[in-house]
Amino acid sequence: MKKVLKPREREQLLGTVYAFPMGIWFTLFFTIPLGIIVLYSFLKRGLYGGVEWQFTFDAYAQMFNPSFAKVVVRTLWISIVSTLGCILIAIPCGYAMAKSKYQTFLLFLIIIPFWTNSLIRIYAWISILSTEGFVNTILIKLGILTEGVQLIYNNGAVVLVLIYMYLPFAILPLFTTIDKFDFALLDAARDLGATKLESIVKVMFPNIKSGLSTAFIFTFIPIFGAYTVPLLVGGKDSTMIGNIIVDQVSKTRNWPLASAFSMVLTFISLVGVFWMLYTGKREQQQSKKTTQQSLEQNVRKHHLPRGGK
Amino acid sequence: MNAHRYNKQSKLSFSFSMLYLTIIFLFIPLFVVVFFSFNSSKGMQWNHASLIWYKTLIFESPSLWAAFKNSLIIALTSSVTATFLGTLAAIGIKWYRFKGRSYITTISYLPMVLPEVIIGISMLIFFSAVKVRLGMFTIFAAHTTFNLPFVFMMVSARLDEFDYSTVEAARDLGANESQTLTKVIIPTIIPGVLSGFLMCITMSLEDFVITFFVSGPGSGTLPLYVYSMIRYGVSPVINALTFVMILGTMVIAFTFRKFLKTVAASS
Repeated sequence: MKKVLKPREREQLLGTVYAFPMGIWFTLFFTIPLGIIVLYSFLKRGLYGGVEWQFTFDAYAQMFNPSFAKVVVRTLWISIVSTLGCILIAIPCGYAMAKSKYQTFLLFLIIIPFWTNSLIRIYAWISILSTEGFVNTILIKLGILTEGVQLIYNNGAVVLVLIYMYLPFAILPLFTTIDKFDFALLDAARDLGATKLESIVKVMFPNIKSGLSTAFIFTFIPIFGAYTVPLLVGGKDSTMIGNIIVDQVSKTRNWPLASAFSMVLTFISLVGVFWMLYTGKREQQQSKKTTQQSLEQNVRKHHLPRGGK
Repeated sequence: MNAHRYNKQSKLSFSFSMLYLTIIFLFIPLFVVVFFSFNSSKGMQWNHASLIWYKTLIFESPSLWAAFKNSLIIALTSSVTATFLGTLAAIGIKWYRFKGRSYITTISYLPMVLPEVIIGISMLIFFSAVKVRLGMFTIFAAHTTFNLPFVFMMVSARLDEFDYSTVEAARDLGANESQTLTKVIIPTIIPGVLSGFLMCITMSLEDFVITFFVSGPGSGTLPLYVYSMIRYGVSPVINALTFVMILGTMVIAFTFRKFLKTVAASS
């Protein structure tokens, strides 16, 4: 006879059957590997790669070694400059797209280059910027230069290519939030005497906070963990944390140090993600109020004498 | 008032000119590469139009095609696995309360937000700790892992619009769990499942960083091959390959968009 399950047991059983295959997969190929990295970051370095089972903070202490500390500082400034670059370009782009009639087409244009393999996009920049590259060839033809100038293998090239690679990550979330923004609020602000810039900064920005934080995180995290871009278009002084991690694993074979640096990347990424989720949630809670406020503002707009401050 | 309108116009044109400049910025590198793929000589000096690099790409690059074959095998197997596991999990997590639910929910978002280097390194260290030889299997496992969150996310989004009372109706009419799943739930969420699957295929074909860590000898995928070509000398064959890849992705995207639309319309 078939056993009849209570609703509670039934839920437990069905949930388990549906969700556990994925849960097991992630535990095996994500949680455990990440756990191993956490563990290894506290162990002693093995002589020929691997680790020795001895608890120590050596790996973390090594990170303060000046040559590594320099890389951490560099990674920070390169990431911040590139992320800000992405966002400053993305805000007007998202604004224009939200106002445009051809949204689908514009979205498509932004996404196409993004579909192209990332290595190929880096390669494209190499062929544009290198000594015998496109830019130099044109400048020489025009008589501006007599011989090729090295435009690549420096930090400037790294920032440029990083912005190029991650720009769509900033444009897409900003476009989505600006698209939901009530543009009548800008008119209201202007009618109440705000300047163009003031109305954008004081009225629009607070309303697109979640888009801004998503754009920031979606660009900052991958840029902070960048590996290929500094490797392929950077010079000797463009190494970033991602490159250290790889070098420590494959060349120097210092697994604890690689793990410790991985912990730093993981930690910063998680802080960023929680911050993003937090701003998103707060905005959701406030959204009811904002609609109300916008209604009020709209009403007020029509009752206030024009031009009155 | 008029001054305001005028100002608003100039504001608009600033943001629109930024947008157009950005689109040009995004496309210029690709145009340069595609343009020079039709150049008969190797460098950036335009010689005359020729299809020589396409000939080399198609007929004289067996190792490139071997890498492409690996890429396809990995993309298909990992996407199918990820779609299967991710879809089921999304259904379970959306509708049922069970032990371990919050663990699975949290863990399913993390691989999406951590830098690729971390996923790659942790898997490399894991595989060497448990003494699994690097090769096609390890690439498959890694790709399934980074694909899963996307399927899970897209199917979950689709399930949010799903009316649970249809499931209850099916049960009241005597359908058992597997009938409900295959005849009611799956047909309704199939657009979400398919777009998740497509996203997996794209991401799998495109991934370099994670694959770089977990691949072994002979299991190189196309991005790895491209990497070795870029690293050890520039070859115009990559220019030709770029154009073929762009065309390929666009054709696939358009076909599937149409396909997805018909599926969405019929369900």
